[in-house]
Amino acid sequence: MHFFPILSTLRRHRTAAVLIVLEIALTCAIVCNAIFLIQERLSRMDRATGIVEDEIVRVQLTGIGTKADAGALTAQDLTALRAIPGVRFAAVTNMIPFGGSSWNTSISTIPDDPVAPVNAGMYLGSPDLLETLGVRLIAGRDFTPEEYADMDAVQQGKVRMASVIITRGIAERMFPGKTALGEALYVWGKEPQRVVGVIEQLARPNDGVERSGAGYAMMLPVNVAYTVGGNYVLRVDPARRAEVLAAVDATLNKVDPSRIILERQTFADIRRDYFSKDRAMAYLLFGVSLALLIVTALGVVGLASFWVQQRTRQIGIRRALGATRGDILRYFQLENFILATVGIVLGMALAYAINLWLMHKYEVARLPGGFLPVGAALLWCLGQVAVLGPAMRASMIPPAIATRTV
Amino acid sequence: MFTYYLDLARRSLRRNVALTVLMIVAIAFGVGASMTTLTVLHVLSVDPIPRKSRDLYFVQLDPQKANSYKPGEPPPEQVTRADAEALVRAGKADRQAMMTGGNAAIEPERAGLVPFFADGRWTSSEFFAMFDVPFIAGGPWTAEDDAHAARIAVIARALAEKLFGATDVVGKTIRVEGTELRIAGVIDTWRPTPHFYDLNTDVYGKGEQLFVPFSTSRELKLSRSGSMDCFDQSPEPEAVGAPCVWLQLWVELDSTAKASAYRELLTHYSEDQKAAGRFERAPNVRLRDVRDWLDFKEVVPRDVRLQTWIALGFLLVCLINTVGLLLTKFLRRSVEIGVRRALGASKRSIFLQLLVEAGTIGLAGGALGLGLAWLGLWVVRHQPTPYAELAALDLPMLAATFALAVITSLLAGLLPAWRGCQVTPAIQLKSH
Repeated sequence: MHFFPILSTLRRHRTAAVLIVLEIALTCAIVCNAIFLIQERLSRMDRATGIVEDEIVRVQLTGIGTKADAGALTAQDLTALRAIPGVRFAAVTNMIPFGGSSWNTSISTIPDDPVAPVNAGMYLGSPDLLETLGVRLIAGRDFTPEEYADMDAVQQGKVRMASVIITRGIAERMFPGKTALGEALYVWGKEPQRVVGVIEQLARPNDGVERSGAGYAMMLPVNVAYTVGGNYVLRVDPARRAEVLAAVDATLNKVDPSRIILERQTFADIRRDYFSKDRAMAYLLFGVSLALLIVTALGVVGLASFWVQQRTRQIGIRRALGATRGDILRYFQLENFILATVGIVLGMALAYAINLWLMHKYEVARLPGGFLPVGAALLWCLGQVAVLGPAMRASMIPPAIATRTV
Repeated sequence: MFTYYLDLARRSLRRNVALTVLMIVAIAFGVGASMTTLTVLHVLSVDPIPRKSRDLYFVQLDPQKANSYKPGEPPPEQVTRADAEALVRAGKADRQAMMTGGNAAIEPERAGLVPFFADGRWTSSEFFAMFDVPFIAGGPWTAEDDAHAARIAVIARALAEKLFGATDVVGKTIRVEGTELRIAGVIDTWRPTPHFYDLNTDVYGKGEQLFVPFSTSRELKLSRSGSMDCFDQSPEPEAVGAPCVWLQLWVELDSTAKASAYRELLTHYSEDQKAAGRFERAPNVRLRDVRDWLDFKEVVPRDVRLQTWIALGFLLVCLINTVGLLLTKFLRRSVEIGVRRALGASKRSIFLQLLVEAGTIGLAGGALGLGLAWLGLWVVRHQPTPYAELAALDLPMLAATFALAVITSLLAGLLPAWRGCQVTPAIQLKSH
């Protein structure tokens, strides 16, 4: 309807129009990327571990000096911990998902492979570990008590370790198209281990190692003492987690008071701590996006108000010549729509360019196309909401103004 | 004339308070966000040891197996115990020190204190002189102590105060993992950030409390922390001949000539080791000074860089917003400007007048932005990041904030003022 008159008006205010278009374009580009980054962080924070997180609590402790009887103490600790009301299973392990410190090794299907293809996380622990973590076996079985050997004996090569449990990720990578059960895998020492079980999933302790092979983790029947990693994992009744944690100190001190308890947390705490930076970044991006949208909206309001004031006389003349209030309202709405559309088109290109640059510099993934319509819709709505006030004011200008000098 | 322009600006700005506030707030938010993130970036990328960062070099060798070699592969980022000990013993640099992080239980003698863990560094005697570590009592241990694995330690001020309630404790003993160590010296609070000499530990952490000769730490079997990479099966990865890299080796060389000579020495050393059958690969050495090392390791967190770019993008939008609003505002005053021009004001004086008005907004926005940056940094300090407490405005950043505010405001004012002063007086006077 008013399309061409609007264009010719805008051409007369070229610089201002260009500036508002630029502002909308930049906002659109930044907000699109910000929403994408927020979504990426949130999905990272949702990463599954494969363990029964609601039921897990962790106690980390360390001893003073070297203890000759660490193995015996560990067994006593575990017995005492299992006796706490609410505890269903207890195990000791060298590492836990999102715990930070990690044990890893290269694995292969051939001996002494100089270019072993897969780097995998290595979970060691007491016989109940699989049950305690609650990881899901999808094939095969858990280790039998007889398969377990002590860490020292294994390290000195006195005992041959015969079996390994691997994640589905490793199974599919190393033995594509066939069942991994019973296959030989060179994990530790010169002799291979047989795959006795496959578990659905078990996350590795940190992002660095996760990058070297996401989802590649395995469990070995190596009984460690609390001095190796120092993690006691308890699987407890979810409703009694706090109660169990409160009882842990006294229980362990009764076994041997000379040790230092470093951490006592629920797995929910571990997860929260581990992703605290991502959460902060997501909040920051959200805050900046909101501020950008507000600034841009206010910019639109400011510019539209000025144009309404400037064109008061002109609007009065149009009203006197028969234009309805609706006509005037729609004129400003359409004008804003045109400006926003040009801004959005530019913004899309810019969003894409920024994403390419982020991909190059910060290992960000490619912006999915779905984010562009979201950004576009957001800015169209924003523009229309922002222009509504000034446009209403313009439509209220009485035709009589045409007869007066302004 | 300037005060007259200021007065004109004041009148003009008061004519539309909402718009003025909008422009000021937009600039303030842009400046505030940019300065917050730039300050964080600045404190995180500061040179940790400015006087010596070009004289201290990080040594890398390649002791790995030949059959896993990929062409162009960089050497490991740490060295084996055998190489570290050999190169420290050779003493061919001005100073040299090998080290690893660790932690140890300390049993206080003071009543009421329970045993606790302290972060430590197991290193060799020249560490302290090399890194200009400030002593408040006593001094470092000697090369002789290194050789004999003496039961000796250097502790930090905080640890001394915690254990003894005093810092003048040289000669007293401290019980570490069940062994008494004699205190040789107490160092002042020393927290090089980033923790350049060992980036495997907390890069923006508080630093170590306990320093023990490396040789002693091995005899006492003190636990080590950091990263260890073994390129072959090893029953005892911490032993002298073990195929594992886990130590940092730093050397001090006070000229580039000495540095290239040392680089050559490392190449010869690698060749000798290969001839002796210890190394399998062709010499692959690196000798990086502190700044190159920090650049190579990209210590500044990526999130922080990303945040800086986001904030600068935000500032740009705020700037464009202000330019647009100022432009519309100035053009609306074409009549007034036309009258002033007709009465004899030159283009230049109109330009200056408008620039003063823009500058006023910019300065107000900058001042408010400074407040917001201060608030922003307060928020950063309460974040759960390891570098949180470092985030504070220092003098250079304060000056930079003002500069940014002024530049922003002038940039915002330049285009509108120039367009404003282009008004042709005749047309403006005629049409009204």
